Amino acid sequence: MTKPESEFTWKDLEIGGIVAEPGNASQYQTGDWRSQRPILDTDKCIKCGLCYIFCPEGCIEQNAEGYFEANLFYCKGCGICARECWVKAITMIPEEE
Amino acid sequence: MAKRVGIEVSLAIAEAAKLANTDVVAAYPITPQTHIVEHLAKLVADGELDAAYIPVESEHSAMSACLGASATGARTFTATAGQGLELMHEVLYVASSMQLPIVMAVANRALSSPLSVWGDHSDVMAVRDTGWIQIFVENGQEAVDNVLCAFRIGEDPKVLLPVMVHLDGFYLSHVIEPVLFPEQSLVDKFIPPYKYPMPLHPDKPVTMGAFGPPIIYTETKKAQEVNLRASKEVILQCWAEFGKTFKRHYSPIESYRTEGAKVLLLTMGSFSETAMTAIDRMREKGKEVGLVRIRLWRPFPFEEFRQAVSNAETIVVVDRALSFGGPVGPVCSEVRSALYDEKQKPKVVSFVAGLGGRDITPAGFEEIVNRGIEISQKGSENEFEIFGVRG
Ligand code: SF4
Ligand code: SF4
Repeated sequence: MTKPESEFTWKDLEIGGIVAEPGNASQYQTGDWRSQRPILDTDKCIKCGLCYIFCPEGCIEQNAEGYFEANLFYCKGCGICARECWVKAITMIPEEE
Repeated sequence: MAKRVGIEVSLAIAEAAKLANTDVVAAYPITPQTHIVEHLAKLVADGELDAAYIPVESEHSAMSACLGASATGARTFTATAGQGLELMHEVLYVASSMQLPIVMAVANRALSSPLSVWGDHSDVMAVRDTGWIQIFVENGQEAVDNVLCAFRIGEDPKVLLPVMVHLDGFYLSHVIEPVLFPEQSLVDKFIPPYKYPMPLHPDKPVTMGAFGPPIIYTETKKAQEVNLRASKEVILQCWAEFGKTFKRHYSPIESYRTEGAKVLLLTMGSFSETAMTAIDRMREKGKEVGLVRIRLWRPFPFEEFRQAVSNAETIVVVDRALSFGGPVGPVCSEVRSALYDEKQKPKVVSFVAGLGGRDITPAGFEEIVNRGIEISQKGSENEFEIFGVRG
């Protein structure tokens, strides 16, 4: 998208609200209604990647050190990763504001 | 040369879709629309129309298949009636909001229950707000002409909207009428090839009907509303051009013997032709009454309507559908609302008649007008009256 959705007037829309730019869903911040966020304890994490498999948002990526980290731009705070992690390396903490 | 033939109106509509070089037909048969799609199936099977005919398992699927076809840039036609239109309901909104110029003939029919295959406008009124352009026709010739116009209007790059052509079930769909079929070469010129600006194509992927969160939904609806209203200009141009080419003339509101008339009868659809006979008889008796017919139902032609009734003191509106528990008949509601801000407001009297195939004869229309005049003078304790109901 050339500009954020909040700046689009009704005149800027493509006919029939067509999205003409393929793959621009990646620019859509799905993490903005999160009420809690996952915190990773790297001392406990065994880098198995189970959280990565279970995350329904597909927003967990392996970083350079091999740890699996949630991308908070997309993370909805569902807590599935924390529940599935067998060594309890993820804790959900409330979002402050 | 254009040739005049005696033909059942349903078949004539199918022939019009053929003249328009329809690419895809996806339809499900339902009375009283069946003969339209039956004939199209035959034209395709006989190799007379080079189109894909998609037999589907329901009207919901019919309209869904039409969406897909139209989105690839195929000229798309379908037809339905009554319950079938209802089963399509949610998909109708998708067609208009995705701006897919599908053309659909609707053989207007009552809604169950009790089961009725006969005609009235209950099905139309239920899809009033779906965002389609909606045109009413009164005879076979008008049906053919307006199916052709519907393609040109809907596919105009300034419009890109689906169009319903409403014809009364049985009263129109099943009668044999003389119809003048325009020449193929003129039709080809009249309806330019359909070119959807952003069709579904693997070379340039697009997403249609995407998720619209609260931040953008209102903007999409405003755009849709502005577009439907603006389509009136193109509709007027199309009818003007049609008149020039084929010498038959259409306008959003049509008046019949309204000169000097203080009382106007208002109708929509094929019953208007019976109403004309009634007006003739009343004129012969010296009564100053006239008839106003709504041809363009959506977008509602406010200006033309106000102009057409500007000298009336009483308007008697005949609706062929009920708005249960609502103010008056659905057409009458709109008419009243269109006149509310006028300085000189006529009295607007509402009748509901002709439900589920019940006839209104010329004498019936005369009775309605006379009763309407009486109500406008003396008032009535009812919001509206159902004409001809027993008891
Ligand atoms: S499931 Fe737990 S242990 Fe496995 S990678 Fe994720 S956080 Fe680390
Ligand atoms: S909280 Fe849910 S969305 Fe966020 S990373 Fe964990 S599984 Fe994914």
